[in-house]
Amino acid sequence: MRAVNEYNEHVDILEHITSEDYQYKYGFESQIEEEVVPPGLDESIIRTISAKKGEPEWMLQWRLDAFRAWQYMKEPHWANVRYEPIDYQAISYYAAPKRAAQPRSLEEVDPELRRTFEKLGIPLHEQEILAGVAVDAVLDSVSVATTFREKLQSLGIIFCSMSEAIREYPDLVRRYLGTVVPPNDNFFAALNSAVFSDGSFCYVPPGVRCPIELSTYFRINARNTGQFERTLIIADEGAYVSYLEGCTAPMRDENQLHAAVVELIALKDAEIKYSTVQNWYPGDKEGRGGIYNFVTKRGICLGENSKISWTQVETGSAITWKYPSVILKGDNSVGEFYSVAVTNHRQQADTGTKMTHVGRNTRSRIVSKGISAGYSQNSYRGLVRVNPSAENARNFSQCDSLLIGDQCGAHTFPYIEVNNPTAIVEHEATTSKIGEDILFYCNQRGIDTETAVALIINGYAREVLSKLPMEFAVEAQKLLAISLEGSVG
Amino acid sequence: MIQPILEIRNLHARVGEREILRGVDLTVYPGQVHAIMGPNGSGKSTLAAVLAGREDYQVTEGEVLFDGKNLLELSPEDRAREGLFLAFQYPVEIPGVSTATFLKTALNELRKHRGQSPLDAMEFMELMRERAALVNIDPAFFSRSLNEGFSGGEKKRNEIFQLAMLEPRLAILDETDSGLDIDALRIVADGVNALRTPDRAFVVITHYQRLLNYIVPDIVHVLYRGRIIKSGTKELALELEAKGYDWIKDEAEVEA
Ligand SMILES: Nc1ncnc2c1ncn2[C@@H]1O[C@H](COP(=O)(O)OP(=O)(O)O)[C@@H](O)[C@H]1O
Ligand SMILES: [Mg+2]
Repeated sequence: MRAVNEYNEHVDILEHITSEDYQYKYGFESQIEEEVVPPGLDESIIRTISAKKGEPEWMLQWRLDAFRAWQYMKEPHWANVRYEPIDYQAISYYAAPKRAAQPRSLEEVDPELRRTFEKLGIPLHEQEILAGVAVDAVLDSVSVATTFREKLQSLGIIFCSMSEAIREYPDLVRRYLGTVVPPNDNFFAALNSAVFSDGSFCYVPPGVRCPIELSTYFRINARNTGQFERTLIIADEGAYVSYLEGCTAPMRDENQLHAAVVELIALKDAEIKYSTVQNWYPGDKEGRGGIYNFVTKRGICLGENSKISWTQVETGSAITWKYPSVILKGDNSVGEFYSVAVTNHRQQADTGTKMTHVGRNTRSRIVSKGISAGYSQNSYRGLVRVNPSAENARNFSQCDSLLIGDQCGAHTFPYIEVNNPTAIVEHEATTSKIGEDILFYCNQRGIDTETAVALIINGYAREVLSKLPMEFAVEAQKLLAISLEGSVG
Repeated sequence: MIQPILEIRNLHARVGEREILRGVDLTVYPGQVHAIMGPNGSGKSTLAAVLAGREDYQVTEGEVLFDGKNLLELSPEDRAREGLFLAFQYPVEIPGVSTATFLKTALNELRKHRGQSPLDAMEFMELMRERAALVNIDPAFFSRSLNEGFSGGEKKRNEIFQLAMLEPRLAILDETDSGLDIDALRIVADGVNALRTPDRAFVVITHYQRLLNYIVPDIVHVLYRGRIIKSGTKELALELEAKGYDWIKDEAEVEA
């Protein structure tokens, strides 16, 4: 509720945002030295990555198995997106900041990196005090700053980089890694499994409610370096955790592949909230450059009464291919997907979710708000599957599309497979348009076009934004306004 | 000498190849109420839209001074900020944006333009409640999406409510009376009358003389085929009501 009221009061912020020349504000490159392996992919590269990270033998074998599977897989082309073929041998699969040796406090963090964070508006020292957010900052591939460790440790919560988790908590990692998204799940997940660089690991022990929002800022920073994040979050019985993922990326010309995998596991009575604000570089107005964002995100409600909730605000990337999904295995478990996806200029997004009902009395809710402007293409693709075992499953889906201008496209591909007669599945869809009439009406009241668009967009996206933690909601609202600048008038 | 609020001289405007306004002249002084009448399709809404700055219409000739400034070179939002208000014949619905949020944004834009500080939430709510009473609007409407699911009459009342909130120098009412029953018409007219001040002017576009029983105009004009062909006192409206438009059309045709 607090957040909702906040946006109503945030008209001033919008004013500010829309009045400045905002362009792609985060389009700068930082000057940190990088260690990059040569482009190309074969078993020796994978061995190099694994060795550089000091991984145990089982991890190397896991990667190699994934690589062997990947070699026989084909890049999927069913999504409603178009791009030039990717040369996987032209990509460099590993980059690490050189001076990133295990800082214990912010003072140990590279000053250049800290300046980067300042420019991004993420002063860590202030965040520690003001926001109460533990930030596991990932620059390129290696975690370089971790805060609030001690507090989390005292509760038994593990929150660290994936590399560290592999070294320090091998049993947990081996038990859960790849159980929700198997290495051979799809082409991009297999690639990620073979070459993943780093990412976040979180384990919340039984009965513990994580008292702060866990947050990671990802940032692609090395030219021509694929980014392969791997995230694993486990909420043990009765645990609760809210995790925030946010992205900004520097301006550049060449397309960059980003193929992350996120796995969530909620045991009995546990709840995981996973929120994303995705703002990778979208390319320029003509569609040159920009990130290819091919992500596999999936959670499993393993135990009874568990809950997984995905919230995403997608404004960036040249191409987005992303379906945060939930497998509702435990009886009475709940899966949610709240999404705002904005495409402008030549951006293409094909995003949605899969809700797979397995347990009895499982419930899922899908709220998708697509916004297309410019010459962009925005597709919602969703699957609701009710297995024979899922007595009394319930789903509600709301898929709305908003068009700005008449050169863009909005598409909806809802798939429903019901194999149990007790299921109730509801689907609603609307399409609306911000037309000249509405904009002129706003202008006539003294509201300029950019502010009017921001106002309408925020109203339209409110139901989704209200699911975000507040500090994120404000940032997301700014991003919506920025990413639609220049889309009308 | 008092300066007019609005001075229109020989205004011509077209949509595509079609000339719709063909030399309009009109001068409006502070405190006055002008009525513009005329049959459907004569260009009344077009005149309102051109004054408000709608881009579909191309001004080909003539000039418009607003408080002595060249109105036609201002953007639509700047015209609004300078104090020009149009109550739309067909108000739009804006899904997801509450009346309160919309009006707060609008009002604070105007205040910014006048160099005033923005109203905070408390002050704004108080002002809304006060002005809503003028047009008998239920404050429950504030939190509903602007005009969404409103009846025709509610939309029109909402226009007058916005007028009351934004306090323009010049208000143009485009057929605000159409679609209103007699009670709603009274409410709207009472609202407008309450908002008449010595330095505010109204241009009331209407198809029927009925509204002018309640909002009594200083001058009545007849617009026909893109030109003001007759102006007179409020008795002209009564005459039009009694005799229809044909006799004036005939007069105009004879002159042309
Ligand atoms: N945007 C437009 N495109 C084409 N024709 C228009 C447009 N707006 C108005 N017209 C035409 O101009 C004439 C005057 O219309 P309008 O100004 O709406 O008249 P009134 O309000 O007096 O009924 C009509 O014939 C109408 O069809
Ligand atoms: Mg009209």
